[in-house]
Amino acid sequence: MSTVNPKTGYSRRTLVGLMEDKPGVLSHVSNLFRRRNYNIESLSVGHSETPGISRMTVVVNGDDAVVEQVIKQLYKLVNILKVSDIDDSSSVTRELALIKVYAPAAVRAEIKQLVDIFRANIIDVALESLTIEITGTEDKIDSLIAMLRPYGIKELARTGRVAMVRGSTTTGVTK
Amino acid sequence: MKLNGAQILWECLLHEGVDTIFGITGGTVLPLYHELVNYPIRSIVVRHEQAAAHAADGYARATGKVGVCLATSGPGATNLVTGIANAQMDSSSLVAITGQVASSVLGTDFFQEVDTTGITMPITKHNYLVTDINDLALAVKEAFHLARTGRPGAVLLDIAKDVQQTVIDFEYPAEINLPGYKPHMFGNARQIKQAAEMINQAEQPILVAGRGVIIAGAFAELLALVEKAQLPVVTTLLGKSDLPENHPLCLGMGGMHGEAFANLAMQNADLIIGVGSRFDDRLTSTAETFAPKARIIHIDIDPAEIGKRVRVDLPVVGDARNVLRELVSVVKPAEHTPWLNQIEAWRKDSHARDILHQECGELQPQFVVNQIWEATEGKAIMVSDVGQNQMWEAQYYHHLRPGGLITSGGLGTMGFGLPAAIGAAVGCPDEPVWVVAGDGGFQMTLQELATVVQERLPIKIAILNNGYLGMVRQWQELFYQSNYSGTPILGPDFAKLAEAYGIRGITISDSCEVRSAIEEAKTYDGPMLIDFRIEREQNVFPIVPVGQPIHNMIRRPIPQGAQG
Repeated sequence: MSTVNPKTGYSRRTLVGLMEDKPGVLSHVSNLFRRRNYNIESLSVGHSETPGISRMTVVVNGDDAVVEQVIKQLYKLVNILKVSDIDDSSSVTRELALIKVYAPAAVRAEIKQLVDIFRANIIDVALESLTIEITGTEDKIDSLIAMLRPYGIKELARTGRVAMVRGSTTTGVTK
Repeated sequence: MKLNGAQILWECLLHEGVDTIFGITGGTVLPLYHELVNYPIRSIVVRHEQAAAHAADGYARATGKVGVCLATSGPGATNLVTGIANAQMDSSSLVAITGQVASSVLGTDFFQEVDTTGITMPITKHNYLVTDINDLALAVKEAFHLARTGRPGAVLLDIAKDVQQTVIDFEYPAEINLPGYKPHMFGNARQIKQAAEMINQAEQPILVAGRGVIIAGAFAELLALVEKAQLPVVTTLLGKSDLPENHPLCLGMGGMHGEAFANLAMQNADLIIGVGSRFDDRLTSTAETFAPKARIIHIDIDPAEIGKRVRVDLPVVGDARNVLRELVSVVKPAEHTPWLNQIEAWRKDSHARDILHQECGELQPQFVVNQIWEATEGKAIMVSDVGQNQMWEAQYYHHLRPGGLITSGGLGTMGFGLPAAIGAAVGCPDEPVWVVAGDGGFQMTLQELATVVQERLPIKIAILNNGYLGMVRQWQELFYQSNYSGTPILGPDFAKLAEAYGIRGITISDSCEVRSAIEEAKTYDGPMLIDFRIEREQNVFPIVPVGQPIHNMIRRPIPQGAQG
């Protein structure tokens, strides 16, 4: 579990949801978060292992009571099949970011060094910029961004967190 | 069978047992109305779409069936919105059908196009945009299933016009396909046993009964439980009539305008058993100050209601009828004599403050409602509007008919009364239907007087007319230094207005005329409106000021000469 804010008692919690891949489902989900005044940090959606079922990872800011309500309210959406609260310690989480950084020839080598330290990749090169791809936890991505900021970040795209339980346990829908 | 989409819709509605719809036609539902005449479905044409939704809602609450309303795209759909939100908030089974522009022009800001499913997403249990004829029948079947099962609610079907006109081979779908929808119907046996143990141990228990009891039809089970374990019952506004209100264990409505003895009972209870109630703020005031000495058992079909507002010591998720039936069999008989005596003492103190019987003179609204209650012996279907009139109805009409009060609880929709009464009268033609409304709310939907006449509905309308938006005026008097900003309102001569529509209308301004006026309305063969000119600045008491615990009430004054 991530750090608890001493003022609010809230921390960042990861939920994984499986939902029918139907039109409007995603708007139902995002609408719910807004309507119920839940504070979400990221929401990422894509295909799951089962055709017709999408998987979302939601990072929500809250305490146990908030997370419980979020899960229950998500279950009330007709197209939601399953929602799991993924405990951070027993799960792996990753995020991907693309960073376009200002990189004239003079600093290019320095940046290349940073990219290597973070085990990131340079995926595009232009006259005055580099585009870097990094995968990792939010902390790791935050650190690289902090290191790159002095050079001038021209553009940044982050996917939001995806998560999976460690070991052979799954969050899949039992048929 | 080759049918077009319009025919398929009506075929599906027949399969779902629909025999009545409330609506208004328009451009994108022309094909639907064109085919409707060939089906044994009563079409009630109202004067404004909001009324169609309220009428369908009132029909659903009065009959226990699904209410259906229909409107065209654009303004027709947006006019439904208030009624849909109202039904959803009070868990009323409503299927709203709207026409939508043809799928080929969808999204182009076409004439009378609006994003109906987008607008109604947060105010429906679920909604469907049907742009493919092959999806229509299944969507209809699912919509009805969702509207009537689990925690009921409003479901919207938005059907593109071209879908209504496309012909396919129709077969009614045998099964629905809702893998993510599994209402919890039966309570967990271990939790029910635990609930019984908590009830057995309690010395000062209170059962809080909400609308879930009515929806589940759990009247007999509730009665059996409370009699066996001698549990005094406080109801919510929407739970009125869960228990016959002349039953000694029924304490009536609690909360912001609840009886003082009901609120004191909840605040002093050592156990609260909530059944089909969401412990909303009008019942509990601030959640932290509610029933401070009590452990709380919460029985509800919607898991999301557990722990949403008040702390819960034991949840039981299930249908009220199923859970109560199990609970009756495991709970031990009890007496609770000292507790019941204490409550009786509080009740006597409240009765000393009642203003019920009046000689001639200025008209008191409480007296008017009380007289309607006496004349109808508590058995009428009462449809109240919102505001002071609604609270006086709740305080002075003691319901004996299960589900005998139809009112807008959660959303508090002024203008709900008359159209909802239309739905109730259509659904229950053999029962007396009365509307109690204020002059403010009544003027929000009074165009439906035309529908009353058109459908020959013998609805009796009592307007408690004080020339104010009275509840807000009361708040201004009590909490805003009597600054009556925006609350004085002008009204028409309601009796003359009624007569203009072909409805019998009279005006009453003296107490001694009340009885005969109500008797006349009761026996009059047809709709009748009585404009009661009540004392203008009467307040609803008790009242719990916002933010106060529910035992901090401003009580009714003790009438001069009374003991107590």
